[in-house]
Amino acid sequence: MELDPILLSRIQFAFVVSFHAIFPVFTIGLASFIALLEGLSFKTGDPIWERLSKFWIKVFAVVFGMGVVSGIVMAFQFGTNWSNFSQATANFLGPVLSYEVITAFFLEAAFLGVLLFGRDKVPKGVHLFAACMVALGTFISSFWILSANSWMQTPAGIEFVNGVVYVTSWSEAIFNPSFYYRFAHMALASFLTGGFVVAGVSAWYLLRGREVEANRKALSMCLWMLMVAAPLQLFVGDLHGLNTMEHQPAKVAAMEGNWETSTGVPLLLFALPDQANQTNRFEIGIPKLASLILTHEWDGEVPGLDVVPVDEQPPVAWVFWSFRVMVGLGMLMIFFALAGLVLRKGGKYARSRWFLQGLRFMSITPFIAVLAGWFVTEIGRSPWLLYGLIDYQAGITPSLTGGMALFTLIGYVLVYALVFTAGVYYLMRLLYAGLESEESDHPDDAHDRAKRPFSAAHVPFEVDPKEVERLSRISPLDGGR
Amino acid sequence: MELFDLALIWALIIGFGVIMYVLMDGFDLGVGILFPFAPSEEARDVMMNSVAPVWDGNETWLILGGAGLLAAFPLVYTVFLPALYIGVFLMLAGLIFRGVAFEFRFKARSSRYLWNWAFAGGSLLAAFAQGAVVGAYIQGFNVENGVYVGGALDWLTPFSILTGLGLVAGYALLGSTWLIMKSEGYIQEWAYRITPPLLFSVLTVFAMVSLWTPFVDITVFERWFDKIHVIWVLPVLSLLCAWKIFSAVSKRKEGMPFVATMGLFIFTYLGLIASRWPYVVPPNYTLWDASSAYGSQLFLLLGLLFVIPVVLMYTAWTYWVFRGKVKAGEGYH
Repeated sequence: MELDPILLSRIQFAFVVSFHAIFPVFTIGLASFIALLEGLSFKTGDPIWERLSKFWIKVFAVVFGMGVVSGIVMAFQFGTNWSNFSQATANFLGPVLSYEVITAFFLEAAFLGVLLFGRDKVPKGVHLFAACMVALGTFISSFWILSANSWMQTPAGIEFVNGVVYVTSWSEAIFNPSFYYRFAHMALASFLTGGFVVAGVSAWYLLRGREVEANRKALSMCLWMLMVAAPLQLFVGDLHGLNTMEHQPAKVAAMEGNWETSTGVPLLLFALPDQANQTNRFEIGIPKLASLILTHEWDGEVPGLDVVPVDEQPPVAWVFWSFRVMVGLGMLMIFFALAGLVLRKGGKYARSRWFLQGLRFMSITPFIAVLAGWFVTEIGRSPWLLYGLIDYQAGITPSLTGGMALFTLIGYVLVYALVFTAGVYYLMRLLYAGLESEESDHPDDAHDRAKRPFSAAHVPFEVDPKEVERLSRISPLDGGR
Repeated sequence: MELFDLALIWALIIGFGVIMYVLMDGFDLGVGILFPFAPSEEARDVMMNSVAPVWDGNETWLILGGAGLLAAFPLVYTVFLPALYIGVFLMLAGLIFRGVAFEFRFKARSSRYLWNWAFAGGSLLAAFAQGAVVGAYIQGFNVENGVYVGGALDWLTPFSILTGLGLVAGYALLGSTWLIMKSEGYIQEWAYRITPPLLFSVLTVFAMVSLWTPFVDITVFERWFDKIHVIWVLPVLSLLCAWKIFSAVSKRKEGMPFVATMGLFIFTYLGLIASRWPYVVPPNYTLWDASSAYGSQLFLLLGLLFVIPVVLMYTAWTYWVFRGKVKAGEGYH
């Protein structure tokens, strides 16, 4: 069998970037939550905010650390597997990706250390400022990376001479046509991720009757935020879709499973796209709804996959189904956000067993939705790396063989599997230890002075039998009363 | 219109970044390489504690180098990475393993020995791969029309294996002299004891590489033997540093061995640059050929001028906070 270096490189890139992306998407939302907790603590002086903040800072530290470790690889992927693409686009992507990196370093150098280790060493106001700067820094970092990605989707501000990109306008290139939509969509996704994780973990503690007062406050805050963010995401997502229809009609056609440009297009709920025969084998849809959503008219014209030649079509089934996974989970998030509002009366949200159990499981959904969304947008632009200008074939490293690509793909999968297992396992230990764990901390420990993210967490790697016993003595109150 | 030679400024920045990385990650990789040979588990704790506060800051220079190369010298980035494809993977895998091992060893009890091995193995792998990159750079790359056209393992030759082993020994030397400075008692005595043999290994490889290099490529030979004789001062200074390490260890000085080892690295590094300057993708492309557009270099430079001083100040501050000896049994639990 002939190994295809292009396909293997795409899988490898998808793998490492997906693996990396789940960490920052969480930390961006969590950083804002921590800044808010610090702000409340500063303003009210109520120790409960500080306790919550201390706990979530530990979680933040570990997740941030995993993000850094998995991010190292990204800085080299462009060159190892996509060297022709890198050479062609370096004039724009080089500085923009570098700005992403130096923002992250600057953030880590200047403020992360203060946030993680400076609580008792700097004035309270300075600590709050550091928390805000870390939150802001995570946004600036994602600003650059999303600018780079959006530019690859909707190139602007450049001239393309002899196969090389030259920037003619930095502002047009950075703030390219799809940037604002993607950034808003992604920022909300980060808030939803942070929100549902904190809500899910708090719900789990409430189910077990642990630290009820603090965790109820955390859950309440999350539910207010989610109530705004979840429906807003639907609105922003719709705008993002309209923007995509304008610039990348084939992607929208794949999302809708629409093969022919036509009017009065139904919204397909289920279909089996058949790329070979350029049709759907089986479909269930709501008449005219896709036209209404995309053109705001019942009989509006919706682009089909026939707007591009067959060999420039993305793999439709992937895009079609990833899109449905994302939207389906988004609807579920809206449901829980609104249920939180309904249950608000009389504080039922913190007692209702089905709701708390449901939130526990919801904490994983934002990650799946985010990855599904990235699959839609990245697979949907196939076969282009730089939309309309550079395709996979033109961008791949010429000297790369299938065997080399397979070797590193397997290698990265093995390395990441190990790192991910250890990291998630440790994170679970941290969550299991909970807010109560801080009483056993040693604030003067030299470990605290280490300016590395992980040293903000003190929970040992292995399960301590004594701790299991201590926690099992706490009787799980029914519904967290 | 083009006021400054930005390519030259960028070459200085990246050259500075590389030596910063080599010196700083060098000693903590070196500590990892020496890890299996430590006299006791307690000594391993001290070794790890001595580099714990600073190691990840050290590695930031590597990522900055990767991204900076893409921005300023895309040709270097797009030739080196494909040519060194397998080596880059091994280096990254090594760095990730040791990074994770670092964090979890402190939190591990019964599984500690596993993290010890991951730390040592990862350090060794990363150091060897970096050394082999140096060898590959001296050899030059098979490039046509700005695109690497060689094979997957062209970089792995007897010469690059030699430079790989050389850097492993060199990092171990940085590690042992760092430990002389940071430890005391029997651990420091152990570090004193292993330093001369490590120095001897480094000098052996240094001599072999120096004799071999001029014959790897004719232009390097001409550079050293025909044209500019002033560069001979660099290997002389390197040897002076080596002598200084030896005498400082004999006199049981604490700080000087590390300082002199850094000097050894710096002068060797400058000698390496002198061999190939101004070719950044040997044998055919100079740093000006490899540059990105003027505007692109300028755009990023503005940000870096702001960030680099902050990172340097922060780095200096961290080393200041953690100055002094690391005592056994102190610190981590």
